[in-house]
Amino acid sequence: MTQPEGFGEPRGGAPINQVFLGMPTAPPGVGHLRGGRPFPEAARTALGDAQLRRNLGKATGTIRAKRASVVAELPDWAELRAAGAAIKDQVLAGLDAYLVQLEEQVTARGGVVHWARDATEANRIVTDLVRAAGADEVVKVKSMATQEIGLNEALAAAGIAAWETDLAELIVQLGHDSPSHILVPAIHRNRAEIREIFLREMVKVGLPAPPDLTDEPRALAEAARLHLRRKFLEAEVAVSGANFAVAQTGTLAVVESEGNGRMCLTLPRVLITVMGIEKLVPTWRDLEVFLQLLPRSSTGERMNPYTSMWTGVHPGDGPGEFHLVLLDNGRTATLADPQGRSALRCIRCSACLNVCPVYERTGGHAYGSVYPGPIGAVLSPQLTGVADNPSLPYASTLCGACYDVCPVAIDIPQMLVHLRSRVVAAKREHSRAPTAEQALMATAAWTMDSPARWANALRAGRLGRLLGGRRRRISTLPPPLSGWTSTRDVPLPPTQTFRDWWRKR
Amino acid sequence: MRVALFVTCLVDGLFPDVGKATVALLERLGCTVEVPWSQTCCGQMHINTGYIREALPLVRRHVAAFEGYEAVVAPSGSCAGSVRHQHAWVASEAGDPGLAEAATETASRTYELSEFLVDVLGVTDVGAYFPHRVTYHPTCHSLRVLRVGDRPLRLLREVDGIDLVELPQAEACCGFGGTFAVKNPDTSAAMLADKMHHVLSTGAEVCTASDSSCLLHIGGGLSRLRTGVRTVHLAEILASTQAGQPEVPPR
Repeated sequence: MTQPEGFGEPRGGAPINQVFLGMPTAPPGVGHLRGGRPFPEAARTALGDAQLRRNLGKATGTIRAKRASVVAELPDWAELRAAGAAIKDQVLAGLDAYLVQLEEQVTARGGVVHWARDATEANRIVTDLVRAAGADEVVKVKSMATQEIGLNEALAAAGIAAWETDLAELIVQLGHDSPSHILVPAIHRNRAEIREIFLREMVKVGLPAPPDLTDEPRALAEAARLHLRRKFLEAEVAVSGANFAVAQTGTLAVVESEGNGRMCLTLPRVLITVMGIEKLVPTWRDLEVFLQLLPRSSTGERMNPYTSMWTGVHPGDGPGEFHLVLLDNGRTATLADPQGRSALRCIRCSACLNVCPVYERTGGHAYGSVYPGPIGAVLSPQLTGVADNPSLPYASTLCGACYDVCPVAIDIPQMLVHLRSRVVAAKREHSRAPTAEQALMATAAWTMDSPARWANALRAGRLGRLLGGRRRRISTLPPPLSGWTSTRDVPLPPTQTFRDWWRKR
Repeated sequence: MRVALFVTCLVDGLFPDVGKATVALLERLGCTVEVPWSQTCCGQMHINTGYIREALPLVRRHVAAFEGYEAVVAPSGSCAGSVRHQHAWVASEAGDPGLAEAATETASRTYELSEFLVDVLGVTDVGAYFPHRVTYHPTCHSLRVLRVGDRPLRLLREVDGIDLVELPQAEACCGFGGTFAVKNPDTSAAMLADKMHHVLSTGAEVCTASDSSCLLHIGGGLSRLRTGVRTVHLAEILASTQAGQPEVPPR
């Protein structure tokens, strides 16, 4: 396997002031793309949760190792990765035409296509469709898009119950909780907690858990299976997301591990699929690339247990009614930024979460969005506009581990730097007086732009030796550097700088 | 070979011994070392915090300072990484294609120390002597921006008297991340705690790396906890000779 180039490869791109920023972003007040607190603050809370730290360390470590071993098996992984990136870029470049092609194909095969510019529209479309079907409950296949738009809450407000059928999503839903990982939404729960949730909550919404339920994984899965079976058989309407849509034939695909997706996609009378507009691939041949990239990157499996595909409707076989809701919700705005758009290549595998040293310690809730981890740090601020998620592009050390594992080669570290520059530009535009950080950065740049000023500043830095007192280290500094000295010392500045030594040498 | 030392602002101001060691090492290996006075900082802190506009004059200054040298060597994977992978981007962001081109040209002559020793000078045994138990932390930017691979380890393995021990989960970030350490101090500290745990588990007296910034971070934590483990830059180990101290010839 050839070693990829380092991230942040030099590249061109339109100057910042020429980037078109006029497309609508995901609206506030609906869905789950914005957190209530800035990342550093939310992270502080999460870091204090010993159980969470333990669960995350164990789970991410395990998936990381599995992924590494199945990826290493493929001699052509680098080529697959390049192909995945190229196909997605082709889709993004011709998105207008591919979407129309998809609509034509789905319609020709008996499906109905709906266009939703944002979360509010998508929620309204789905709610109306469920009402039109005369249903007051739906079963759901695990879906990031419907989590993103807050569909369950919208349906609940309309008196419609939505039942999550993916085991981890069920745990999250029954626990009145929110997902903390793209692939493993209940990664923050351990099995003892899951047992308690099942015993307490299942009885309120359907078949109760057996009273002698243990916290053995098999017993927990069986309780969920029995609880869900009744939901599958009773539901008239199912709501799903989609991993891929093939424009060529109007075929939708869902990739999963538990078979709950297969049940939802085949049993109910009406199927409603909510899909981000970037989930397209042009042809079936392109799908082949992603069906190799996705399972190895996400669960660390060679192949996922269930891959369901459906094309329109077929009398007497599966749902009699199929609706496809195409969701924008800030995606076109993301597409408008030449340096940010490759975030739309993402196939939601979550490999970047599992290798991220920040995610591994804070978990997903700290990001405040359904898209956590490195990909969330570049995707959420683009979907909402950077002003609404200004702390997320800074929630990374730029260590580069995410870029190395990304199956579609999204240069996340470079994109984080680009988005940081957008945050700085936005703040500059909105504040009349410079912030402390802006002043500090400007002063530092001014000092560093002159060797004489720089040499003097370094000499003045020797005064810092006084801070150390009699010791050889400095243990307290004023804000913002107190963030450093709260847990780390700083060595005393030397009596002579390098450049002064060199001059006198 | 005429080599320009890109000493980096951190080494200049806080760790001059690393600069002195780099000079001593390169001169011992037959290089003529020059230190362009007009260099200050590559601007990485500004770039990585989003202050591209402020970084632009620093990029321009850096390119001018190192014009004409056959090779530019930095005792830092991170700073060499910024020059190689960010400077041209900053210039094109500012709409200055001329500067972008010049920055790309500078980048093509810029090396991190271990790259320069192994790839350009073609040496792994630099005649060093360092009789201590040492563990090596591969810094993120040397590993994943520059792809230095095992070059630093190949150099360390040839050092006389060294007891080199493997660092568990070596490739994990130490949590520094530039202004990340100040903007996200809690997460940074949590990452550092794990890194220190692994360093201590090796029983090493010295933790080394090719970046003073990461060593400032790891060393700052080790010092706060009074662990008694020192951080020493790769250049300082490679410059050490039988006399025990970095050999700095008089000018």
